[in-house]
Amino acid sequence: MANVGTESVQLNSATSNVSWSPIHRQVNLGDWLFRGLTALFAGCVIALLVGIFAILTWESTDAIRRFGIGFLTSTKWDPVFKEFGALAFIYGTLLSSALALLQAVPLSIGTAVFLSEIAPGWLRAPVSFLVELLATIPSVIYGLWGIFVLVPWMRSYIGPALSSTLGFLPFFQGPNYGVSVLTASIILAIMTVPYITSVTHEVLRAVPPMQREAALALGATKWEMIRLAVLPFGRTGIIGAIMLGLGRAIGETMAVTMVIGNRADISASFFAPGSTMASVIANEFNEATYDLYVQVLVEVGLVLLLVTVVVNILARVLVWSVRTGPTGAARA
Amino acid sequence: MKRNQLVGWSIGWALTLALAAGAQAQLQLNGAGATFPYPIYSKWFDAYTRVDPSVRFNYQSIGSGGGIKQITEQTVDFGASDGPMSEEQMAAAPGHLMHFPTVMGAVVMTYNVAGVQTGLKLTPEAIAGIFLGDVTKWNDPQITAANPGVALPNQDIIVVHRSDGSGTSYIFTDYLSKVSKTWKSRVGAGTSVSWPAGLGGKGNEGVTGLVKQTPNSIGYVELIYALSNELPYADVKNQGGSFVKPTLESVTAAAAGYADKMPEDFRIVITNAPGAEAYPISGMTWLLVYEKQKDAGKGKKLVEFLKWMLSDGQKLAADLHYAPLPDAVVAKERQVLQRVTTTDGQPLAK
Repeated sequence: MANVGTESVQLNSATSNVSWSPIHRQVNLGDWLFRGLTALFAGCVIALLVGIFAILTWESTDAIRRFGIGFLTSTKWDPVFKEFGALAFIYGTLLSSALALLQAVPLSIGTAVFLSEIAPGWLRAPVSFLVELLATIPSVIYGLWGIFVLVPWMRSYIGPALSSTLGFLPFFQGPNYGVSVLTASIILAIMTVPYITSVTHEVLRAVPPMQREAALALGATKWEMIRLAVLPFGRTGIIGAIMLGLGRAIGETMAVTMVIGNRADISASFFAPGSTMASVIANEFNEATYDLYVQVLVEVGLVLLLVTVVVNILARVLVWSVRTGPTGAARA
Repeated sequence: MKRNQLVGWSIGWALTLALAAGAQAQLQLNGAGATFPYPIYSKWFDAYTRVDPSVRFNYQSIGSGGGIKQITEQTVDFGASDGPMSEEQMAAAPGHLMHFPTVMGAVVMTYNVAGVQTGLKLTPEAIAGIFLGDVTKWNDPQITAANPGVALPNQDIIVVHRSDGSGTSYIFTDYLSKVSKTWKSRVGAGTSVSWPAGLGGKGNEGVTGLVKQTPNSIGYVELIYALSNELPYADVKNQGGSFVKPTLESVTAAAAGYADKMPEDFRIVITNAPGAEAYPISGMTWLLVYEKQKDAGKGKKLVEFLKWMLSDGQKLAADLHYAPLPDAVVAKERQVLQRVTTTDGQPLAK
């Protein structure tokens, strides 16, 4: 996930376009070693990913054979009668992450735009420092805050306010316990904001000042300048930043487990308790008392890895289509 | 590398080796498993180093499932579990594994209903109904009938259960399977089950937290958590028909109620115990030890520790709110302990 963001940043600054030109003919031992060493490191990373994939598949072979594709389409999760299906967890993971992004993206981009375009110089450093500080808080702390502060708020204020205003939608109906998919998504949103904000901020800072000056010279207001000249220029990088945040949200375990209510069920209501792939593994792995049980939990891990890969590929495709497609007249 | 650096290195290594050799003289017994008895086990292991300074214990509380797995794979010297091993698991082990009960605990029904103090009376039928999602209101006749004079509100019951696999859930679901046929066929007993109703909290502290702040909720936790959080808890009707408050005495009474039925291998879950004093949702926790010890030296120390645990160790239990084993069970365990031998059949207990 992480390299989606940083690479797009580099692509935007368009300076990393070094090709292996045949100028350096005479091979120097140091160069050769350096090239070999870096290739080895890069290879290690790939081997690690392949290795994880292979081991997860190997360790869940029996479960895959036994449940087949039904594992992905069944919501029944019963360790006593040994029937397992992961759909409820897949749904919980995707829904909580998507809801988190819906809240985090506008907040993060707004913050980044404020920091790079609007904030006075003396305010920039402290605000961006504070935003980045959010990223260093351990997730269990977010979880505790969630249990003791956010959950009661959800039950007494946020939930009732939502059901009285948006209650006609099925998403905001049903009993509100405080712990829910929505609560988990709020925690996730807070956790992803620093990532999306700081990468987006870097992306916007990489936009050449000429872009802004050109827009202003054509008589654009500040808002028009941001909308027409700055944001389109950084679009690929911003998408990368969002994907980085999504990766964080999909994999988050501890804070989510503490506030999501842990129910293996699919419900239209965002107030209903749910469960995610990461949380079910964290919850049940310790006391998985028979082989098949361990196997299905490993298989959930495999599905989580695949979902992450698919989401990453989609993000790549999105970035490519944005980059090759029409990007607007304001693009330099 | 400079010369003095080299000297430093050699001294460092020499020291490390010397320390390692020193540690060799001290025997380390490795164990892994149940989390529920972890506090008392750490206390025992610490206290025992004063009884026998030549032994050190290293116990990892990774959960009963992990404990059973590790003792089966023989990566530890003893395992620990909050539930007895199944026949299937026993068969998978390379040797015969013996179960030694160590302490007991109670699983209590804790609730948060405005104006209702500790001591609400719950029948097994009411508890099963609530957790099955059939009894949904606090003023359901199943609950009110046993509680004349208690003002129970016309509010939905919010059920809270453990989200993580745990011995506590095992004891509770085993109890429900014994008192309710519907529960047995629909849900069953296990460290994790498919809960028909309610919210999941992670750990005893997660359930405690949810119950504490959710009005009209009910959950199950170990006694110590209800006591230390000052949560109210219910008296539960036992087999004998009396409502019993969960205390260390009523838990010990539950094991005593099973004492004459206690099998030689101690693989019995003492929920729904007979006896007028017995608290019905009680459970034991076990240490898992191979009958034939490969390493005679370690085996001997382990047996000595178990003997100590049955005598002086039991006296430390109550301080940490664990119920000590009844005398009848201790006597039986002492007997069974004689059977632990080396691989060639030499008895290890004196």
